Amino acid sequence: MPHVSVDVDGVRYEDEVEARLLLTHYLRDRLGKVGTPIGCDTSNCGACTVLMDGLSVKSCSVLAVQADGHEITTVEGLGDGQDLHPMQRAFHEEHALQCGYCTPGMIMAALDLLRDNADPSDEEIRAGLEGNLCRCTGYQNIVRAVRRAADGMRQAERPEEARS
Amino acid sequence: MSEIAPEAVAEQVTPSTPDATAEVGRARLRTEDARLITGRTTWTDNIQLPGLLHVAFLRSPISHARITRIDAEDARRRPGVIAVVTGADLAGEQGSLPCAWPVTEDMVLPDHPPVAVDEVRYVGEPVAAVVARDRYAAVDALEAIDIDYEPLPAVVDMERAIEEGTGLVHADKGTNTSYTWVFEAGEPDAAFRDAPVVIERRYVQQRLIPTAMEPRAVVCSAVGDEYTLWSATQIPHILRLMLATVTGIPEHRLRVIAPDVGGGFGSKLQVYGEEVVCLLLARRLGRPVKWTESRSEGNMAVHHGRDQIQRLSLAADRDGRIRGLKVDLLADMGAYLMLVTPGIPLLGAFMFNGIYKMDAYSFRCTGVFTNKTPTDAYRGAGRPEATFGIERMMDELAAELGLDPLEVRRRNWIAHEEFPYDTISGLTYDSGNYEAATEKAMRLFDYDKLRAEQADRRDRGDPVQLGIGVSTFTEMCGLAPSRVLGSLSYGAGGWEHASVRVLPSGKVEVVTGSSAHGQGHETAWAQIAADRLGVPFEDVRVLHGDTSVSPKGMDTYGSRSLAVGGVALYNACDKVVDKARRMAAHLLEADEGDLEFSGGSFSVKGVPGQARTLQEVALAAFAAHDLPEGFEPSLDSEATHDPENFSFPHGTHLCAVEVDTETGFVKIRSYVAVDDVGKVVNPLIVEGQVHGGLAQGIAQALYEEAVYDADGNLTTTTMADYLVPSAADLPTFTTDRTETPATTNPLGVKGVGEAGTIASTPAVVNAIVDALRPYGVDDVPMPCTPERVWRALRAAQSGQAPPGGSPEPGAGGGLGSAGGAA
Repeated sequence: MPHVSVDVDGVRYEDEVEARLLLTHYLRDRLGKVGTPIGCDTSNCGACTVLMDGLSVKSCSVLAVQADGHEITTVEGLGDGQDLHPMQRAFHEEHALQCGYCTPGMIMAALDLLRDNADPSDEEIRAGLEGNLCRCTGYQNIVRAVRRAADGMRQAERPEEARS
Repeated sequence: MSEIAPEAVAEQVTPSTPDATAEVGRARLRTEDARLITGRTTWTDNIQLPGLLHVAFLRSPISHARITRIDAEDARRRPGVIAVVTGADLAGEQGSLPCAWPVTEDMVLPDHPPVAVDEVRYVGEPVAAVVARDRYAAVDALEAIDIDYEPLPAVVDMERAIEEGTGLVHADKGTNTSYTWVFEAGEPDAAFRDAPVVIERRYVQQRLIPTAMEPRAVVCSAVGDEYTLWSATQIPHILRLMLATVTGIPEHRLRVIAPDVGGGFGSKLQVYGEEVVCLLLARRLGRPVKWTESRSEGNMAVHHGRDQIQRLSLAADRDGRIRGLKVDLLADMGAYLMLVTPGIPLLGAFMFNGIYKMDAYSFRCTGVFTNKTPTDAYRGAGRPEATFGIERMMDELAAELGLDPLEVRRRNWIAHEEFPYDTISGLTYDSGNYEAATEKAMRLFDYDKLRAEQADRRDRGDPVQLGIGVSTFTEMCGLAPSRVLGSLSYGAGGWEHASVRVLPSGKVEVVTGSSAHGQGHETAWAQIAADRLGVPFEDVRVLHGDTSVSPKGMDTYGSRSLAVGGVALYNACDKVVDKARRMAAHLLEADEGDLEFSGGSFSVKGVPGQARTLQEVALAAFAAHDLPEGFEPSLDSEATHDPENFSFPHGTHLCAVEVDTETGFVKIRSYVAVDDVGKVVNPLIVEGQVHGGLAQGIAQALYEEAVYDADGNLTTTTMADYLVPSAADLPTFTTDRTETPATTNPLGVKGVGEAGTIASTPAVVNAIVDALRPYGVDDVPMPCTPERVWRALRAAQSGQAPPGGSPEPGAGGGLGSAGGAA
């Protein structure tokens, strides 16, 4: 079986895995990182979205062996242990989740969206999250949350401008 | 547009602003979120147990066939495979899945084995199960099971299914008709006789797939003769009773847990064969088992929703006043009757009259078997279908008479001063103000301005036409008064239970029989308890979803949790306060009648400083050193609430669409929803429920359809084919509220879970038809995909008969991969 060396949320893992093992099953079943759920089997829903070297991937369409040598960040790796990540906080404050099943993937996809575009319009947010489905919220509060997080994250990065 | 009765607007229907200290009415952020946004959630599939085995199901690839041979020996020899079971292996113990709603005495109710034994009747029906050491090994072994099928005729069309000579879904029953249920009030034939206006339409409620984001999952462990079953279910309590009934495992040996559940929308209001089989496998093997479905199998095997053919006739006078309404439904049951399958369309029987007055009404529904996935509850459950029917008919009546659609509604709706009002279908609407909701919606929508723009675009012959859709809906929710359920032959009551424990430290545990799966009960229930008991919100914890923790309940569906379960909690809190008052009087050496309870503290009237907090009283009761005569040392209380009536949220939804007459593409330009859901516990949660409801109702209008081909194969098995809308497919909603408190419960609440879904579908379709009516279009079948809009336009312009709700599947299934008959 292939050997993989993967950094997940700051921890290095060395494992023998079946070549066909999906990254999402590796995370959930082998590493116990069950914070990333699975919502479909055709890479449509985005519930399993994680970051690989900072870029969003749907972990159901990445093989564990493809993650060899890469850094994976899941929703469990956000925040600093004490405080929530601004994106998590924004989802809470804007009531951007109900059942919460899509939320980990939605948060990770939104982070990648802001990496591309730090100040997106509502339309850009909607287009940018097209690959992540939510059945509960109608998306309106998710859009608000991403905008709120974007504002907060920009100000945090540019404290001088924010104060002026 | 003539004016909405102005005096109505002056009525006090603006949402109340709670005082600053009240919890009820406050937009509390949800306590549930903490675990959900950090990935520390207990979804069923997250659960690991020592020795856990994994289950996979082999499913029928054929819609109707006899099983002539199953050879599972190769599968049993696969590495890591512990067991393979077929229907024949389980026949002695698997029983028949329950149907709790025999709607008529002569209803045809076929056996429904959890795993098919000798015949399969829909694609996706389980035929065997593999148990293996991990998920992959279990799925691998499915390939090694060899089954011979002898195909039988597939019954896929409801109208043909009930004709003589059509093949039978259940040959031994001799018919594809499960039941015919009728209701009549007034004199329908007299109302239609010589009516100046009679409108007849045929509408199709396409089949939908509920698509909760969390796929179903079950974990079951057996220790001795004690069983614990975790399931992604809405109904742990009902499931426990039903599993005990089906398997013969005594109810008190079975614990059912609904851990964090990722949405349901009715689809998890079910007793599924997979749940039964996991229980039987855990019993057989003496080891815990887990099964988690893939989305593709879920689309075939989770019950579907809607799927009706509606024939509607409306008789009216020339001034638009409705004389009578006749409803004749064919409702697709699918291949079997599941938990409440036959009753779902009948929940619409009382709603086709909507908010309108009329002299006569008749309703007839025929439940039909087909070789398709069984149908059952999906958000709204019978009421969206009814609301669609009547709201589309009101627009047709307006068009026939040349009236504004709001004006024709105004001439027929129940005026606010007429409440309580006994409707033609026999319900008593307790409260509402349709004038006020409509006035507010029109203002937010800028109705007159949009009508002017519509006229302008029509005059200019703009290829992009503007349409305005109206839906002035009501619904019945808060399911349900037990006596009503009894009169409808439902197998259980509609009460809900709550208990309140005041711990020695003064902290409070609330136990509720409602079973939230995304709704936010942990927050809202804590708000109710905090207010009633006068304790801090943070001091209240809400427990639910585990039959060991919450032993009594009727669970969550039908917008019932707040209107029934919330009221049970309210009553239980009052019992706590009553007990505490007696204890406090004893401690204060005062008469109970001289005490007042406010802000969590009992004080003697007129004697400042003489007071005991609820927490102090709880501690004193716990210590039990000094109790009133005969007082049990506890403040804990419980209440079971059986509602006296349904509750009736209502609202006015207005939708503006731009329809490209060259491509058929529909874009929602604006959507205004003014809902009256009575008093509101948490406006944040209410708004969220409305948003999500709108999304699902709009999705029925524009995007979603479960498509079957002529052989009964579901062609929309994946999310690539079944179009759940993304953020890019939906507009920004404008939502607002009016507030007429329900008069039938002390909280004044009505329920909000389904309102958005019920209201929005006809608003969108009415808007599309409104845009195209000058072209001769009077209907576009749902979902109104670009292709269907385009075809409706071309058919109207070439003088062909309009599509009239043809069930012919177009591109509705998604990205052109849905074949169907198109």
